[in-house]
Amino acid sequence: MLTKDQIAQRIAKEVKNGQYINLGIGIPTLVANYIPEKLEVVLQSENGLLGIGPFPTEEQIDPDLINAGKQTVTMAKGSALFNSAESFAMIRGGHVHLTILGAMEVSENGDIANWKIPGKMVKGMGGAMDLVASADNIIVAMQHCSRTGESKLLSECTLPITGIRCVKKVVTDLAVLEVSEDGGFILKERAPGVSVEEIKMKTAGKLIVQGDIPEMIFE
Amino acid sequence: MINKTVKNAREAVADIPSNCMLMMGGFGLTGIPENCISALLQRDISGLTIVSNNAGVDDFGIGLLLKKHMVKKMISSYVGENAEFERQLLSGELEVDLIPQGTLAERVRAGGAGIPAFFTPAGVGTEVAEGKEIREFDGKMYLLESWLKADFSIVKAWKGDTAGNLIFKGTARNFNPMMAAAGKICIAEVEELVEAGELNPNEIHTPGIYVQRIFQGKDYEKRIEQRTVSK
Repeated sequence: MLTKDQIAQRIAKEVKNGQYINLGIGIPTLVANYIPEKLEVVLQSENGLLGIGPFPTEEQIDPDLINAGKQTVTMAKGSALFNSAESFAMIRGGHVHLTILGAMEVSENGDIANWKIPGKMVKGMGGAMDLVASADNIIVAMQHCSRTGESKLLSECTLPITGIRCVKKVVTDLAVLEVSEDGGFILKERAPGVSVEEIKMKTAGKLIVQGDIPEMIFE
Repeated sequence: MINKTVKNAREAVADIPSNCMLMMGGFGLTGIPENCISALLQRDISGLTIVSNNAGVDDFGIGLLLKKHMVKKMISSYVGENAEFERQLLSGELEVDLIPQGTLAERVRAGGAGIPAFFTPAGVGTEVAEGKEIREFDGKMYLLESWLKADFSIVKAWKGDTAGNLIFKGTARNFNPMMAAAGKICIAEVEELVEAGELNPNEIHTPGIYVQRIFQGKDYEKRIEQRTVSK
C-alpha cells in the first residue's frame, strides 16, 4: 500500500513539461514536492496566483500570500497575481492543462463526488465544480477505500456529485486506474506487494484487467 | 477629484441597515475588511445576507458576526473552517447558498458589469443545476447563472487614494475588485491612504468610480489560518 506521499510521487509522473497545473487540497498539494526539477511547469492557485513557489521560511511569511488551502506560500520567479474572476476565467477557459484533486467517491463513468455528505458535513464545493467542469485532464488522488473499509470506486456515486464524466485517471494507495470512455476502471498498475485479487475485491465499480498488471516503480 | 474619504470604520458602516445584502471581500482570512467587521459588531443590526467566498473562522472575520447572530444568510463557496457556521446551519438558524467559486466570482463580476446572466459549465449534472436552464453550446452543456448585486460592498485594499482608487497586494486581491463594483455603495478600507495623484495610474487595480467611501484602517491583525513553513 502506498503512503500519501507515494501517491503524490506517482501522480507527479503524469506531469509534462510546459503544463499549467491546479493542485487541490490534501494529497494533491504534495505532488508539487515530486515534480522533477528539469520540468518547467506553473502551479495555479485559484485564489489568484500563477506560479506558486515553495513554502516560505519564517522570515519570508506574508499573510497576504496564501494558496487555496489557506497555507502561506511564496511566489515563483515569473509569477502573476490576479482577482478571483480572472482566476476562474483561466480555469473555465481551458488554459489550465492538468487538475489534480481529492475525492470521496469516483464512479466508473468518471463522475466525482467530493463536496458534501448530506446531514453530516457541509463545507461547500469551493472551486472544485468549476475545475472538474473545465479541465481536459483530471486526475484524482485518494485512498482506495474509506476509513470504514468501503470501496470509493463505485459503479455510481452515492454522495452528491461534483461533476459528471470528468475524471480521467485515479491514483489510490493500491492502484493506478484509467477511466474507460465506455465505463469501467482499467487497471494499469498495482502498488508494490498488492495483488490484482485484492484490487478486484476492493473495487465496487467495474474493474477491467487486461493482461499482466505491472507494479509501480519508485526511484 | 471627488473626495471619498470618511473618518473611520464606524462612520463608514453607520448607515448599514438590518436585513440588507452585504458583500465582503476576502479569501479565507486574507484580504478581509477587518476594521469594518469590528465596526459592524458594535452596531445593533441583524438579518444580514452576506456574500463572501468564506465565512471566516469561529473567532475571527465573518465568524464574529455569525456568533452575534447578525447573519440570516450566507452566500459562499466554502465554509469548512467555521464550526459555529456548521452548527447554525445544521440546526436551521442560518440559511446558506453554496455556489461554485468561479460561478460566485463571475456572478459578482456580472453584477458590477451590468450583465444579468451568463452560461457556465460548473455544476452541470449536480444539485447546483436544479431548476436552472441548461443549454448546449458546441456539444457541451452549460448552466444559466444570474448576476449578484448588493446594497453595500465592503472591500480591503493595500493602498488607496482619496478618489477611491485601489491597489491590492498578493492574494489579498481575490474577490475584492468585483465586489467593489457590485455594491450600490462600496466601502473600501486600506492600509495606506494617500492623496489623489500620489498613486501611479498604471498600477490601479480598482478605479475609484466603484468606490463611494474610503478610509485608512488600523491595527490589522492579518491572522494566518495555515502557517506553513519550509523545513
